[in-house]
Amino acid sequence: MNFYKNIVLPIHDWVDYRLPVFSYVRKNLVDYPTPKNLNYWWNFGALLGITLMTMIITGIFLAFNYTPHTELAFASVEHLMRDVNYGWLIRFMHSSGASMFFILVYIHMFRSLYFGSFKAPRELLWIIGVAIYLAMMATAFMGYVLPWGQMSYWGATVITSLFSAIPIVGDSLVTWIWGGFVIGDNTLMRFFVVHYLMPMIIVLLVFFHLWALHSHHSNNPLGVDMKTPADSIPFHPYYTIKDLLGLGVFLTFYLTFVFFAPDYFGHPDNYVEANPLVTPAHIVPEWYFLPFYAILRSIDDKLLGVIAMFSAVSILFVLPWLDRGRVRSAKFRPIYRQFFWLFVADCFLLGYIGAQSAVEPFVTIGRLAAAYYFAHFLIIIPLVAKFERPLEPPESISAGVLEAQLKSKTAEPAAQLQGAE
Amino acid sequence: MNLNTKITLLCSALTLIVLGGLQVKSAYGAEDSVKLEKQDWSFSGIFGTYDRGELKRGYQIYSEVCSSCHSLEYLAYRNLEEIGFSEAEIKEIAAEYEVKDGPDDEGEMYMRPARQSDKFVSPYANEKEARASNNGAYPPDLSLMSKARKNGPDYIYGLLTRYKDEVPEGMEIADGMNYNEVYPGQQIAMVAPLEDETVEYADGTKATLQQHAKDVTTFLTWAASPEMEERKRLGIKVILFLVIWTAMLMALKKKIWAKLH
Repeated sequence: MNFYKNIVLPIHDWVDYRLPVFSYVRKNLVDYPTPKNLNYWWNFGALLGITLMTMIITGIFLAFNYTPHTELAFASVEHLMRDVNYGWLIRFMHSSGASMFFILVYIHMFRSLYFGSFKAPRELLWIIGVAIYLAMMATAFMGYVLPWGQMSYWGATVITSLFSAIPIVGDSLVTWIWGGFVIGDNTLMRFFVVHYLMPMIIVLLVFFHLWALHSHHSNNPLGVDMKTPADSIPFHPYYTIKDLLGLGVFLTFYLTFVFFAPDYFGHPDNYVEANPLVTPAHIVPEWYFLPFYAILRSIDDKLLGVIAMFSAVSILFVLPWLDRGRVRSAKFRPIYRQFFWLFVADCFLLGYIGAQSAVEPFVTIGRLAAAYYFAHFLIIIPLVAKFERPLEPPESISAGVLEAQLKSKTAEPAAQLQGAE
Repeated sequence: MNLNTKITLLCSALTLIVLGGLQVKSAYGAEDSVKLEKQDWSFSGIFGTYDRGELKRGYQIYSEVCSSCHSLEYLAYRNLEEIGFSEAEIKEIAAEYEVKDGPDDEGEMYMRPARQSDKFVSPYANEKEARASNNGAYPPDLSLMSKARKNGPDYIYGLLTRYKDEVPEGMEIADGMNYNEVYPGQQIAMVAPLEDETVEYADGTKATLQQHAKDVTTFLTWAASPEMEERKRLGIKVILFLVIWTAMLMALKKKIWAKLH
């Protein structure tokens, strides 16, 4: 008796006729047509999905052992670290995982900026992506509060107090967020609940992100649409294996921190239990917030600073309408390409400034860098889109790939000749 | 671009980001002007383990010196088994302390000798009592100290060895305070706890101040990261597996993509 033909196939057909899960997987993960020229910068979406799952799973196991109470939270984490089998592994995977999540998302976003993946018809895909990023930031912030160390407590104090800058309702709003007149048990409990809730929202957003992605398919390094079947290859096996290879490299990187430098991304002060009476010498947010922290501090007025900080993120929502340039990929945009790298450098600079104390010359540099951040979006991008003369992108992906192959073939003998001389 | 170039590019991008982080990291403590001397620790590096002799001597220093003021609240007596004490020895150690238990059948709370499963008994009932006994200063819990300071082990070692009798000119030392080069602000309430021959070692190790400081630092680092040896052992296996797995995936990827060209 043929097992596959007589048993597997009929069950498959029976289920698929009633609930087409198998056809769905085949359509979206196996046969799914993908541009044949994707480079390794296109690995990060898949890696982000895997990291999200890692965070959710380790998070569930952390929650088994965590107590959201100001008297018990810190000790419950130590109990997990010392007395629960592999508790340290779960916790370090989760804490380093948060930093990995942001490293990946920043690369993923810069990839999109460079290759114009946010442009029509992928505006909603981009906007949902920014929403995911915002949700990630909220989740990460609340998660950092839960171990109830000094930096947890004081970070929470600084960030929640920002809302008091809102005129009229500010103070009431802060009391409402805290669930009292100080940061205490109520605050910790709701942060725990919301921290656990947010990933569900992120998963939902990711679902829409992928839905939008699969409607118009991936962008690619050339930024031209797939036109003929010759432009695409099936997702499986080509990109499943490529994503797996990326996963291997990423896991090696990630787990090196988990096993050999688990506190690298953390702050020593968070191994001191929260104490409302002792303020740490430097209150610094986690590294992934530093650029925005620098923007917040670059304006003396509290309200304006808060507005600037939130604008710095929300300006990303309207990016598709700030950059009206027809050509997507920076490969064919000589001017935009240079400003792109300047922008990357500016983000790193802002991150550096965010970690410094508010003294000269950091204050002035921070102000200039913050001003440049906004100028990039509000002035440079629209102007470049209007006046730049992009190179002509190739007719199709196949044409572009062929051209590149020819070029590298003619270039190689020339290089060898030069070497011989 | 061939595959190797691409991988190299990817790796260098990741490295850049981490280096960027390192830069930012170094700025966290930029204002702590004192330079800590880097010590050669038995537990540093990916193969590093805690020196068993240092651990045992370090526990001796903790119990004979530090424990009169400093608690170790996240450790239980049973944990001492991990650093080479036998069950009988641990029972004996625990029995020297008393813990409150109860209520008994009459509803009374009572004191009983500590057991292996009990947490280390703190020298003071609470922070108020600790402050009252120490001129208002609060001797902090030491269970996590090695992780709670930047370059924790070097910091603890430096703090213990760098008390100086001569105060730099122009510096006023407040009443009841001591000059210490490493402590933030250079004034510390704790009197220099260790000097040569503070503790007599059973194993014949020469009892210098440096040796004392080194031993107790190793002990406290174990107290803060008791999982470290297991973590590194597992880590080496995991990373070795990942490297081989990734190499295999790379070969497989090459093979699958070769059909395209």
